[in-house]
Amino acid sequence: MARPLPSFVRSSTFRLSLFYVLLFFLSVAALLAFIYVQAIATIDDQTEQATKADAAALIQEYSSQGIAGLIEAVEDRVAPDRSGDGLYLLEDDDGSPLAANIHTWPAAEPDARGWINFTVDRDDGPHAARGQTYALKDGSKLLVARDLHARADFQELMLDALYYASGLTLLLGVGGGLLISRRMLARLGTINRAAERIRTGDLTHRIEVSGSNDEFDRLSDTLNAMLEEIRRLMSGMRTVTDNIAHDLRSPLTRMKGRLEMLLRETPDSGAQRQAIERTIADADQLLATFTALLSIADAESGGARASMAPLDLGELAADIVDLYGPAAEERSIAMQLGEGHGTVFGSRQLLFQAIANLVDNAIKNTPRDGAITLSVERSAGDVRLRVADTGPGIPEAEREHVLEPFVRLDSSRSTPGSGLGLALVAAIARLHGARIELGDNHPGLSVVLIFPAPA
Amino acid sequence: MHLLIVEDDAETASYMRKGLTEAGYTVDHADNGRDGLFLATSGSFDAIIMDRMLPGLDGLSVVQAMRAAKITTPVLILSALGQVDDRVKGLRAGGDDYLSKPFAFSELHARIEALLRRRDVQSVETKLTVGDLELDLLSRKVRRGDKPIDLQPRELRLLEYLMRHAGQVVTRTMLLEGVWDYHFDPQTNVIDVHISRLRQKLDKGFDTPLLHTMRGAGYSIRAA
Repeated sequence: MARPLPSFVRSSTFRLSLFYVLLFFLSVAALLAFIYVQAIATIDDQTEQATKADAAALIQEYSSQGIAGLIEAVEDRVAPDRSGDGLYLLEDDDGSPLAANIHTWPAAEPDARGWINFTVDRDDGPHAARGQTYALKDGSKLLVARDLHARADFQELMLDALYYASGLTLLLGVGGGLLISRRMLARLGTINRAAERIRTGDLTHRIEVSGSNDEFDRLSDTLNAMLEEIRRLMSGMRTVTDNIAHDLRSPLTRMKGRLEMLLRETPDSGAQRQAIERTIADADQLLATFTALLSIADAESGGARASMAPLDLGELAADIVDLYGPAAEERSIAMQLGEGHGTVFGSRQLLFQAIANLVDNAIKNTPRDGAITLSVERSAGDVRLRVADTGPGIPEAEREHVLEPFVRLDSSRSTPGSGLGLALVAAIARLHGARIELGDNHPGLSVVLIFPAPA
Repeated sequence: MHLLIVEDDAETASYMRKGLTEAGYTVDHADNGRDGLFLATSGSFDAIIMDRMLPGLDGLSVVQAMRAAKITTPVLILSALGQVDDRVKGLRAGGDDYLSKPFAFSELHARIEALLRRRDVQSVETKLTVGDLELDLLSRKVRRGDKPIDLQPRELRLLEYLMRHAGQVVTRTMLLEGVWDYHFDPQTNVIDVHISRLRQKLDKGFDTPLLHTMRGAGYSIRAA
């Protein structure tokens, strides 16, 4: 398995800078290629001009001084003390050299303009050469050419330049890209960390503004303004919820009070008393649903964050088994507590209620002689609390669905319960940054709450 | 026993007043926070029932002002806000107990009784007795007559709570709060199962039952 790349290498900034390195590299290469083509053309042109001028001078010599003068002129040009790139070969009509600094007539055929390209062996190896041949009136032949080593040297220089330029471009580009990415990531990291803190409930936290008024500061300002708006809306919502709670509970309180008073004044038996008792039960059911909805709203708004503290889920699970164990035994269900501890940061009351809801569901759904197991497990980055039963379980397609409010699997709605139990569990889990995994216990349902380990 | 009800909703107040008067209490009523605070600071009440949301001065501020004035009368806070943090805030402000609206009158009654009793019991007891049932708080041993009764730790705490409120009605939510320290309505019979197990151990084989079920209200431990 490949090791994951460091974050700044995966960052978009770094990828962008790599793209720029490539662009920059291509433009450097294009520039060098242009210079190269132009320079080579100039060098070739100059070589041709020089060769032609040289040949013209020699032909002039031949015309005025004859073959002897030409031999003298060539010998003068090929003398060891003369430097230069000129190559000469003067042969008589038998093919024996009269004066030369190359020894064999090149086999190459001249091109349309009368030029031939050939190689000549020099002390440091073969050199490319280019020149023209002339047939003289007395049957002798003259080759005037130029050694092209300057052109080759220049070619080499240009290639070297290309290598060094690309090396340097890559080095500077990648290095610069890394530096810029890390700087960008550092700024984004500040925003990310702040956002994470806010997401986990600290709605009063704000993103630090560096004061340079750059685009990050503007982003931070916008986000801070948005957070302020969210905070305002949330507190508004809480006020509304509180008011609804008050406005609906007060009539319910009166209703229940009146019914109870009526009950006290009604004789001990009879249909009337039964009707009142049933009405009280209905009012209680209404209230339970209403309380569950308020609890969900409360958990979602994060109101309980103030009462959060580090707590051991293992102890909580033990308390649950202690409270619910006898009720399970009544139905011949064995309740087991796995060994295990794990500290999370949370609200003891809400988490207890969440686990109680899960266990309550498990007891309702597990047939006689079944088993319910609670266990807490701590691993590297998380703490897992698992409630597993041996009931009918939940079909895979329904699993996501059951965490929503008012969803009950038996469509008849004949069993008691508000259908809000699991929704409340989901809301409490969200409040704690925990995930819920519904799985198969082969047979039965396994519910796992996965909490982030406290920092 | 003299009680003060501070509640702005006239009907709820009259219903509480009626029930508590029937139960033998003398009841005064204030319908706003200012009057409530005035009565609480001047009067000699045995307990105060304080609604949280009141016109003028809210319930928590009244309790805080009372406590600042060194008035230690036990206070039961009534509130339409039943959430975890609201309860914590209520108790932190100086309330002695917290009850969410709407409540059953029996629940209110039981909690008032418990508050009044809490005030009585100031001395350190080492032994609780109800009839021929005896709980030694030091050795954690229970006996009824001359028969020792073997209890699990949780059953022992349940019995201790019941015996500390002997003669009173104890509701299921009071037991959940007092014995398990959790505040919610379990909606199932979990507490009843614990009680019936305890009853098996306490009353089985004896002619007079001690642990009684109060229909529609809760439980009570008493000799007769």
